[in-house]
Amino acid sequence: MRLTQGTFSFLPDLTDAQIRAQIEYCLAQGWAVSVEHTDDPHPRNAYWDMFGMPMFDLRDAAGVMAEVDDCRKTFPRHYVKVNAFDATRGWESLRLSFIVNRPPSEPGFALEREEGAGRLQRYALRSYAADRPEGERY
Amino acid sequence: MSAPAESLPLDLETLYRDSNVDAVLQALERELVGLAPVKTRVREIAALLLVEKLRRSVGLEAGAPSLHMSFTGNPGTGKTTVAMRMAEILHALGYSRKGHLVAVTRDDLVGQYIGHTAPKTKEVLKRAMGGVLFIDEAYYLYRPENERDYGQEAIEILLQVMENQREDLVVILAGYKDRMQRFFESNPGMASRIAHHIDFPDYDEAELFAIAGIMLEKTKYRLDAGAEAALREYIALRKKQPHFANARSIRNALDRARLRQAKRLFEQRGARLTREALMTITAADIRASRVFEDKGEET
Repeated sequence: MRLTQGTFSFLPDLTDAQIRAQIEYCLAQGWAVSVEHTDDPHPRNAYWDMFGMPMFDLRDAAGVMAEVDDCRKTFPRHYVKVNAFDATRGWESLRLSFIVNRPPSEPGFALEREEGAGRLQRYALRSYAADRPEGERY
Repeated sequence: MSAPAESLPLDLETLYRDSNVDAVLQALERELVGLAPVKTRVREIAALLLVEKLRRSVGLEAGAPSLHMSFTGNPGTGKTTVAMRMAEILHALGYSRKGHLVAVTRDDLVGQYIGHTAPKTKEVLKRAMGGVLFIDEAYYLYRPENERDYGQEAIEILLQVMENQREDLVVILAGYKDRMQRFFESNPGMASRIAHHIDFPDYDEAELFAIAGIMLEKTKYRLDAGAEAALREYIALRKKQPHFANARSIRNALDRARLRQAKRLFEQRGARLTREALMTITAADIRASRVFEDKGEET
């Protein structure tokens, strides 16, 4: 099952040229771009690992692209995303975040049902990949 | 088998006019005095890039030419200024995508403890991508007397990027000639990756006077007849003194003359001032300099 998180997630995967164009746009807006990766695809996993520091004062996307390629090479089977942070007062949050790398096969999620008191039914989402310990997934 | 001699749809003249490199080269000629060898080399590089563009348009690919440079010369000979112009020229010719200049020294590249240097250097390199990285006094990167110096690490990362990401950034190293020479001797890898070694000659007195003229024009001051003679005399004297930094010394001298002019005007504040008086630097403003005093003591 293909993971859909962040911007452009219902589009086909972006090509490198498209990723570069998106980063160029972010830099033109004055946003700080950073690269993050994870092997836990759960939608509530908000804490992805940073790959290096966020990059400030960049003028050209080449620097970010080098970092993205570096991250893909180090973690070829992880999810990798590019974030753009807007530090403008009032925003102070991510403005754009999209996936730039995904594992070759994505097993997807299981829906788990739990019986509660009475006829109460609780639901939980569990990713098949997370069955194995961190670092051995995918 | 002879090559077809069809004429090209694009000629150099059109290309030259379309890129605004002409304006930048004109400004270089107009605003920088002297520096003949530097200007020649800048023109050569501009010509190379234009021809390269034309070649590419007819399918003659040759790969991006290596444009890393080393600027050597005494202080105040215009190395930083030319580097800034170079960034504009490379941008106008489409070689560098953004055309900005990131000026750094050893402190910005080399870290203070183990593992600090690589991220620091990489961050600077990333900031410079799409433009020009100007490393002032580059020889400080390499300190042979300390074998555990982290400068070597910064040099290695630099070399790697200079080789692999040539189209992303241009590196310009600058510094005094003899020390740069020694730096290149001890880092042959660096020397072989730099295609253009440009030497900045010292200015002669007439050129320094012309530079002063440009500086005054930019700051909307003018010299009266006496002051002109005084300035010529000043330049001749200052040139012989130690710590002479070419154009920078001239700029400092003019700044001090402005100070004295302001003081002089302030002292006669009862009188009505004219626009002319606010603009004029007199001989007294220049002759009050210490340079003239020294002469009195010596002779």
